[in-house]
Amino acid sequence: MAEIIQAEGKQKGGKKKAKKFSTHIDMTPMVDLMCLLITFFMLTTAFSKPKAMDITMPEKKDDPNIKQPEISANRTLNVLISGNNQIYYYFGVADPKKPSEIPQLIKTDYSKDGIRKVLLQRNKIVFKAVSALREKVLKGELVMADSTLTRQIKDLKKSDKNAPIVLIKADEKAKYKNLVDIIDEMAITTIANYAVVDITPTELQMLGGSAPAAPATK
Amino acid sequence: MRRTAPGFLTTKHYTMPKIKLPVKTPKIDMTPMVDLFALLLTFFMLTTSFRPQEATVIDTPNSISEKVAPEKNVIIILVGKDDKVYLNFDNGTDTSVLIRKEVLKKVAEQKSLTFTDKELKTFSTWASFGMPVERLKAWLNTADSKERDKFQVGIPIDSTDNQLNLWVRFIRLQNPNAEVAIKGDSEADFKTVKHVMDILQENQVNKFNLTTNLMKEEAKLEE
Repeated sequence: MAEIIQAEGKQKGGKKKAKKFSTHIDMTPMVDLMCLLITFFMLTTAFSKPKAMDITMPEKKDDPNIKQPEISANRTLNVLISGNNQIYYYFGVADPKKPSEIPQLIKTDYSKDGIRKVLLQRNKIVFKAVSALREKVLKGELVMADSTLTRQIKDLKKSDKNAPIVLIKADEKAKYKNLVDIIDEMAITTIANYAVVDITPTELQMLGGSAPAAPATK
Repeated sequence: MRRTAPGFLTTKHYTMPKIKLPVKTPKIDMTPMVDLFALLLTFFMLTTSFRPQEATVIDTPNSISEKVAPEKNVIIILVGKDDKVYLNFDNGTDTSVLIRKEVLKKVAEQKSLTFTDKELKTFSTWASFGMPVERLKAWLNTADSKERDKFQVGIPIDSTDNQLNLWVRFIRLQNPNAEVAIKGDSEADFKTVKHVMDILQENQVNKFNLTTNLMKEEAKLEE
């Protein structure tokens, strides 16, 4: 300001001309600061937010008078998980009172052709219906809100009265990852009825014994 | 003056010409760079959601679930790969009550311990912890964060001194609406996780979340 006034004083009577100042501002400190801030935000940002899967456990009942719900044996598929990523399954019930009728334990694995194939075969009807519905929505043939879709899928899952009931049992050597993997398989193969339950002594015995490898794929 | 060859190379006649390099301050126009930086900065500032600080590094397993894990009003039980159990819970939605503070008071009462107001306040602002209640006081009074990490030895969950049960019970009493999430490491033992689940079920929590990472997978039915 002072300089401008001075300039005016010198050019008395002449054309009033503001002195031109160079508009170059040293931006280096600002850039430095911005660099720092960007680095800070980049490092502290969490891009992929953690996801969660719901799991509902069967209620624990200490009261012996309350009867556990009966489930039909021919719908039951038992999945046993053990250490070293080992996974076995058997159909029906292993009743310790009838040792001759204990079903065969079949060894499989977590791959696409392993347990998933077994589950899909069993849950064919529901899986087909759900995939058809999803496809329609994806192609735009059916327009509905996400919540409606979720509800309809839920209804479809309930519709099949012969859909498998999967009991997931793990022994002490199993890893947490195995549990999540198998619950995830339930979601992939759209199985509605599954539960994580305690392993029985009979089943532990079955695990201890040798299990035959999976039969050759049909 | 030392004599040299006459008329040849005398200081008087021969001086090295000073080479004056034009002093140019290299001026780069930084405006576009600054513009870009400003944009990036704004982007990061707006999209950022801070990674919550946790007592230990946990590598969660993958699943196809697309449900976003709850972030507020939640009890998170962390299971490390060394099977240590940590706990994190927040102050809830009601800002007038500091739930963490109240819960700590109640738990301390059970163990006949007392915490000063300052310690209670510190506890209400910190996040996950994994240690017996008896050592909590020392942890809260340690200023150095490196020193503090040494206290994280896991919450006792065995039947002789089931402190996780105690914590969960009092959190549930204070904040019955809180969702429960188990965040376990892939390598954690099922045994430990099962134990945690049992403790939750003892406290009437039958529905909870398992924190996972999203990984898409699809199944195809072969005909």
